[in-house]
Amino acid sequence: MTADQWIALAAGIVGGALRVGAPFLFVSLGECLTEKSGRINLGLEGVLVLSAMAAFGGAYLTDSAWLGVLIGAVAGAALALLHGLLCSLDRVNDVATGIALMLLGTGLAFYLGKPLIQPQAPQIPAIPLGFWSDNTVVRSALQLNALVPVGVALAVLLWWGFARTRAGLLVRMAGDSAQATRALGYSVAGLRIAATTAGGFIAGLGGASLTLFYPGSWNEGISSGQGLIAVALVIFARWSPLRCVGAALLFGGAGAIGPALQSIGIGWGYHLFNTVPYVLTLMILVLTCRPGTAAAGAPGELSSTRS
Amino acid sequence: MRQALKEFALPVFAIAAALLLFGVLAAFAGVDPLEVWATLFKGAFGDWFSWQNTLQRAAPLMLTALCVALPARAGLIVIGGEGALVLGGLASAALAHALPLPGNAAGTVAVCLAGALAGALWIALAGWLRQYRGINETISSLLLAYIAIGIFKHLVEGPLRDPASLNKPSTHALAEGLLIGGIGGSDVHWGLVIGVLACLALGWWLRATASGFSVRVVGGNPRTAQLVGLPATPLILGACALGGACAGLAGAVEVAAVHTNANASLIAGYGYAGILVSFIARHNPVAIVPVAILFGGFGAAGSLLQRRLGLPDASVLVLQGIAFVLILASEGLRMVDWSALRARVPRGAGAVR
Repeated sequence: MTADQWIALAAGIVGGALRVGAPFLFVSLGECLTEKSGRINLGLEGVLVLSAMAAFGGAYLTDSAWLGVLIGAVAGAALALLHGLLCSLDRVNDVATGIALMLLGTGLAFYLGKPLIQPQAPQIPAIPLGFWSDNTVVRSALQLNALVPVGVALAVLLWWGFARTRAGLLVRMAGDSAQATRALGYSVAGLRIAATTAGGFIAGLGGASLTLFYPGSWNEGISSGQGLIAVALVIFARWSPLRCVGAALLFGGAGAIGPALQSIGIGWGYHLFNTVPYVLTLMILVLTCRPGTAAAGAPGELSSTRS
Repeated sequence: MRQALKEFALPVFAIAAALLLFGVLAAFAGVDPLEVWATLFKGAFGDWFSWQNTLQRAAPLMLTALCVALPARAGLIVIGGEGALVLGGLASAALAHALPLPGNAAGTVAVCLAGALAGALWIALAGWLRQYRGINETISSLLLAYIAIGIFKHLVEGPLRDPASLNKPSTHALAEGLLIGGIGGSDVHWGLVIGVLACLALGWWLRATASGFSVRVVGGNPRTAQLVGLPATPLILGACALGGACAGLAGAVEVAAVHTNANASLIAGYGYAGILVSFIARHNPVAIVPVAILFGGFGAAGSLLQRRLGLPDASVLVLQGIAFVLILASEGLRMVDWSALRARVPRGAGAVR
């Protein structure tokens, strides 16, 4: 390979990490908030697809990318709210509910999004991170989604909130001990519904960055399990919002290897390289999980970490 | 008796409510709900042609639902049946290409066994990861499904590709003698019989054998299982392997009866729809048979809804999603003591009746 190809490959992977990592970042932050309250939301996959569609449709109809982002986030919050409410019923399993909402969210998105496959919608502005370079490949690869800084700020805010604010402490308490929460006179279900809904709102921002930034169109293959990978990402990040940022970028980079190789003309194993994020997730789970014990930093009430 | 009635009535109500909601949704799209329901019924069970389509779809659904039901009875929520299905299909096509199999029933059995084995290993891997590494099986089985699809696409578009398949990458087609034919010349293939037999046999296994009972104890109350010294790990791995074998078999049957080779059409979401079927059947293998036929019917009616009424093809997905949500919600109502609730209502309220 020539030096130019190496630069193109590196730029493709770094740029891909930022681009592919953006939805991961938001979904993992949303999942982190949900899981901190003691519930797991596998339905974030449905939330992601539905909000991607809603954001695109919203931007198309209102002609404003930012209104689209807001509409996407609200749609995500609405679906997550349904998850929160359903799980508060007796004997309703949060994992099964998540699978149901995955199906429902995807179905609704495809159903309502049929007319949106053709049109173009206004896009979220890009921040040119590659301004220092004369290389056009580098410049085009390093176009940063303007939502990414928002996500990083959100991660810091969540981290600070969990540590320092009353609301953050309440969410953590609901996640660590339902009994203690009840003893102090707070509603466990109420706290969890609130956290799940807020988590859906944040994940909805991830959906918006799927359709309102490069390549910037709505189609039915828009998400390939990012919402589910987020669950594993949060385990990898050991329930810390700050570590979610690093994990999301790592996964974005892993997911960008295949397309980056293809862009410099190496087509072999395209599908295999696309499985790298999943393999990586599995490897991380193998390395970090221990049978019979909860993972370090896990909320005590979380069903997924006990086995 | 009351209990049995509840077991039956709640899912039926949930599905009826789902159909109702779906009608409302269609009304928003400007389609007469009555027509939607009529078309759904016509497309699923209206005539012999629809029945054939329905039963053809029900066969793989039964097998993929078993891939959820069996691990569920052992206490695991496995949702990666899709991965076992595609690998099963791939393994059967690969075996038929690699070995000169006899072109008769024995060859077909070998093809099916290859699929079942691939599926069994794949889902057992998820069980193994849980038992020995403490990894949540729901997440790992799903990740494994995505990995399986990646492997499938890589092999079908690369090493195993039939050079003659230009537009749609496929493996070499199975020899004529290995294919699974239709029952009595119809489009309904013998895979349906395999599916029904698998459901009945595994239902009997769970109900009437010592090992099946042990699996249910391990799933129902792990503490008890530990106290009486049941070998939880082999039982769980066995349940996973059996479930995976069913999903792999579904892939092999789809290849041998429908597609004749392994190609991307195999990734049709049967694995995910099987999750829904199993949950509605409350993980009871025998109940899976009618539920799979019902949802096979909804799937079959999808294209008619699209052609006749102009509804998007995803509308069946919406119907499935609504049904799943309502089924789960009805689970919350299961334990409600209705007579106690009625007693609490003040006497005066009775006058309204």
